[in-house]
Amino acid sequence: MTAATREAYPVALAELVEQGVDVVALDADLSASTMGYQFGAKYPERWHSVGIAEANMVGIAAGYAATGKTAFVASFASFLPGRCFDQLRTSVAQPKGGLNVKCVASHGGVTVGEDGASAQAIEDLALITSLIPFDVVVPADFESAKQAIVAVGKTTRPAYVRTGRPKIPAIYDSGYRFELGKANVLRPGSDVTLIACGILVQAAVDAAEVLAGQGISARVIDMATIKPIDRDAVLAAARETGAIVTAEEHQTHGGLGTAVARVLAETLPTPISFVGVDRYGTSGKWDELLKYFELTPDRLVAAAKDVIARKR
Amino acid sequence: MPTTLAPVSIAELTEVAKRVRAHIVQMVFDAQSGHPGGSLSAVELGVSLFWNHLRCDPANPEWPDRDRFILSKGHATPFYYSLLAERGYFSTQLLRGFRTLGSPLQGHPSMGAVPGIEMSSGSLGQGLSFAIGHALSGQLDGRDFRCWVMMGDGELNEGQVWEAAQAVPHFGLGDRVIAMVDRNGIQNDGFGDDIMKINPPEMWRGFGWHVIECDGHDMAAVDQALAEAERSHDRPRVVVAHTVKGRGVNYMENNPSFHGKAPTREQLDDALAQIAGGLK
Repeated sequence: MTAATREAYPVALAELVEQGVDVVALDADLSASTMGYQFGAKYPERWHSVGIAEANMVGIAAGYAATGKTAFVASFASFLPGRCFDQLRTSVAQPKGGLNVKCVASHGGVTVGEDGASAQAIEDLALITSLIPFDVVVPADFESAKQAIVAVGKTTRPAYVRTGRPKIPAIYDSGYRFELGKANVLRPGSDVTLIACGILVQAAVDAAEVLAGQGISARVIDMATIKPIDRDAVLAAARETGAIVTAEEHQTHGGLGTAVARVLAETLPTPISFVGVDRYGTSGKWDELLKYFELTPDRLVAAAKDVIARKR
Repeated sequence: MPTTLAPVSIAELTEVAKRVRAHIVQMVFDAQSGHPGGSLSAVELGVSLFWNHLRCDPANPEWPDRDRFILSKGHATPFYYSLLAERGYFSTQLLRGFRTLGSPLQGHPSMGAVPGIEMSSGSLGQGLSFAIGHALSGQLDGRDFRCWVMMGDGELNEGQVWEAAQAVPHFGLGDRVIAMVDRNGIQNDGFGDDIMKINPPEMWRGFGWHVIECDGHDMAAVDQALAEAERSHDRPRVVVAHTVKGRGVNYMENNPSFHGKAPTREQLDDALAQIAGGLK
């Protein structure tokens, strides 16, 4: 089965309401893409379209949250946080240690595809991880996205969950239990660790298979929660494999790679190689763009060999 | 729970306004920083609102059915904190620590730092949106509180104000969100007409609002304007109060340099004497 992570959004919201969470949700004229409209159809009194006005949307959500609601906002990751960063900072992050506003940003990364560079968010994680109280999650498939949105919906902290546009194969089934702030080791390994998030988790799994064929044992970690990062999983990987590759559909500045490197630099300096997108995009089909930006198993294999060669 | 307010006389309100003005200049002098001009211009609006229109209970600041006062022009903290203290949300003693390390009274409002602060502001243009969120929540939960949002006229340069202005009538929140504009004509860099010439009443009307204009320093006129804003209408209401930046202290009046500047000791004494004599 294939499904887009964005499709998990309305499913998770409905689940939260059914579990008694006082959810409201807002969209900014992209609800057909964020899938927010499906929640709106089910719970019209709990959903509003605010028009093309992301700053206002976030301000409204902050006001809602101040009255005790769990307020979700949805848009493309290029606009959320891009068009409303100051509102997220001043109206959401700073008051009382953070108001209960959840951002679910769809169309993250370059796999938004044909819309090109302006729609391809490769800065959102850098921006949002800079806001102190925010939890930040980049799920790898539909099931983990659904569980991640439910999990952040049950906290009272602000959070950001990044979802994607393309339909991708499932990694997890309904037996999976996502835990906020906890990494998931998908494959054991002893020579190198591939730490990935989002759509790059599948690439990491595929790369580990290729590496295994070449006699290299690669651990694969789904690091869905970028903030707070699972320090124990990072340090265990460093201790036990001595070499780290990070992979994300984002710049190598300010996202997963940065978060992992910070843990290592503070505690256990370890050779690391960063796989990401450090230039602006272009149009293309999403799978073509993954190749164009070298967000591929081949690139991860090469990065793994490079970092293994740098082991001390 | 006080759901209706016994009207306070204009004479009494005028005395409160004197005390608020005295706090404002004293606080900015003590801190040797802060924003006196846009605080002094807002005094009559704030006093009339807090004593005669805002359904509130200072002893129970989290009362779910309270009216919300949202200071969108967040730099007017000398005004805001003085108003809250005089209304009984906290001791006027606390005002002396304004802008100093260890005081909850930061240069711009920090939600939750002291009772009565509904929103963190300071980055302009965000208050009306925040109020809409409160109001929609009230609508969803069947509560009938109102949100009173105070903006500056310079603040109206911010695009987010107009994103929110279009949303209030769209969501039918006219009886829940009431806007107030302190039209003092001066912003950080100088006179608004030089920096970005705008026509606030026409702008609000264009966005579907009913505009109520008044002399923002005539307490009776302000009180009447806010009463009119409370009355139902087929459009949301905005009170555009024509004010004078620095009102009540002659050397600050209509003087852009006192947007964000503290008086000297001699200037403070002069200011306090002028304020005690009332508005001329």
